Amino acid sequence: MGQYLVRRLLIAIPSLVGISVILFAVLALAPGDPFEELATNPNVPAEVRENLRAKFGLDDPVAVRYVRWFGAMLQGDWGFSFASRVDVDTLILQRLPTTLAVIGLSQVLALSIAIPVGVFAATRPYSIFDQLANTLAFVGFSLPTFFTGILFILVFSITLDWLPFVYRADIAETGWRWWWVHFQQSIMPIAVLGLFQGASWTRYVRSAVLDVIRLDYVTTARAKGLSERAVVVKHALRNALIPVVTLVALQLPTVFGGAIVTEQIFRVPGIGSLLISAILANDTPVIMAVTFVFSCLVIAFNLVADILYGWLDPRIAYR
Amino acid sequence: MAGSTPASPTVEALAGGGPARPVARPGTEAWRRFRRHRLALAGAVILGVIVVAVLFGPWIWPVAINDIDFGARLKPPSAAHPFGTDDLGQDLLARMLYGGRISIAVGIAAMLIAIGVGVVVGAIAGISRGSVDAVLMWATDLFLSLPQLPVLLLVIYLFRDSLKSVVGPEMGVFILIVVVIGGFRWMPVARLVRAQFLSLREKEFVEAARALGASTPRLVVRHILPNSLGPVIVAGTIDVAAAIIAESTLSFLGLGFPPDIPTWGRILYDAKDYLDVAPHWALFPGTFIFLTVLSINYLGDGLRDALDPRKVM
Repeated sequence: MGQYLVRRLLIAIPSLVGISVILFAVLALAPGDPFEELATNPNVPAEVRENLRAKFGLDDPVAVRYVRWFGAMLQGDWGFSFASRVDVDTLILQRLPTTLAVIGLSQVLALSIAIPVGVFAATRPYSIFDQLANTLAFVGFSLPTFFTGILFILVFSITLDWLPFVYRADIAETGWRWWWVHFQQSIMPIAVLGLFQGASWTRYVRSAVLDVIRLDYVTTARAKGLSERAVVVKHALRNALIPVVTLVALQLPTVFGGAIVTEQIFRVPGIGSLLISAILANDTPVIMAVTFVFSCLVIAFNLVADILYGWLDPRIAYR
Repeated sequence: MAGSTPASPTVEALAGGGPARPVARPGTEAWRRFRRHRLALAGAVILGVIVVAVLFGPWIWPVAINDIDFGARLKPPSAAHPFGTDDLGQDLLARMLYGGRISIAVGIAAMLIAIGVGVVVGAIAGISRGSVDAVLMWATDLFLSLPQLPVLLLVIYLFRDSLKSVVGPEMGVFILIVVVIGGFRWMPVARLVRAQFLSLREKEFVEAARALGASTPRLVVRHILPNSLGPVIVAGTIDVAAAIIAESTLSFLGLGFPPDIPTWGRILYDAKDYLDVAPHWALFPGTFIFLTVLSINYLGDGLRDALDPRKVM
């Protein structure tokens, strides 16, 4: 397992480099020049502009600029936010925990819906429950997150007045009250993301379990007198989860997209809403850094998926 | 054919045991399988109604989309305004019809780009062995692990102004959104096509064509590609839905089309601050995005049943 982990880590490095190349290429190809303002300003003499360009290395070859940029990114030197006059890394570190909490909890919610419902539907294929679950799953992943969010606000905040629809980071309460208020304001963002993911995963779990449950070793497990529960949970489900893990890992970029939308709707102070406000404020260093962080998160979670793989299917780890 | 021995037991089973009928052509057979998926049929009908409505609706409901009437602000649906009005008193039905054209056009155009790039990459990777295949698949996996929405936003942020100045605001944003959404959705298609190629290129009919002296491009275009299009059509259908969602998401974040082009996502974005006084304003565009996407998804599901010969129903 240790060797397997090292190998997966080494595979993650080229993807990180590849993604950084793409991001930097987008930035380098973009028209416009950070010194455009100086160029059009007649009060700045040409030699001053040239000196500044030389100082920041803007006239160096693209490859040199890329290496310098990537090195700075890796060292955590992400620059200075134009809009809020703070170092980009402190800005992101302030907001990252909220995003991770919302995404993490919504994934937990999604899995706790998808696995039981998917397994139950697959063990009773074409029953009323299966058809109902299938229909709801279709509806669930056809509802875009921004519309679900608005529907939730309309129903739970405006009509019923149960939940607050603006997420507040500064809550004066302490102790249990603090947790309660946080819980109340987190329900809707987490539910919006979790239900959307849960709906698509339910279908994956169902079809994966359906594929596995007809196999001979499941019949063997039944024949040797195991209870149906043990057969499904210990024998069928563990193998069925292997393809599901792949699909879940492939869906992660979508999850982060959904997180940006939900953070924006409910004004959750995470890095997603930071990205949107940075774009509206033309704050390039923050935009680049947040995109880079999202890419790193995708790679990190892919690593987690690989580790889960090794645990679910020991053959992979020893190959 | 009457009285002849059936080719295989399957053929008879497919005929339903009824009176003997000639073996159906592939198209008829696919249509028969598609028809059995009732929800897919319903999806196709609803989608057809929406498409016809946005195409021909503006002639039947010739109200200007930017007709400002402060006397009728935020009015709920009525005879004069079947979908109500927004905060400037503009007629929402007219805006919805106009926005639907754009949303669906974006969906189809982005799908065509995704399919085009995906088929080319997948075909090249699938027909050439070794390093070309490995590099292309590595690139595909890399694009799959890019966080799409952040990168989408980054590209739009960096390029929108210069493109706007070249081809005008509407066309510029349209091209940018279509290219970017299409450019981030080709990977699943490429993988599908490559997988199809890997199995098809070993088939006897391909070998026969090669033995007859067909060149590799001819093999690909005439023999392998047509046989691998079934899953691509299914993926393309789903891609239209995904592109519509992506466009609406961008517009909803206020970073898609400019405010004077009311796409469905843009209407929703404008409506979200008036949820308490004018819920209809948000509900109509949201419901139509949802209905369109749901219909397309069901349509794709039905097409999968119809076009995937492995799954005989």
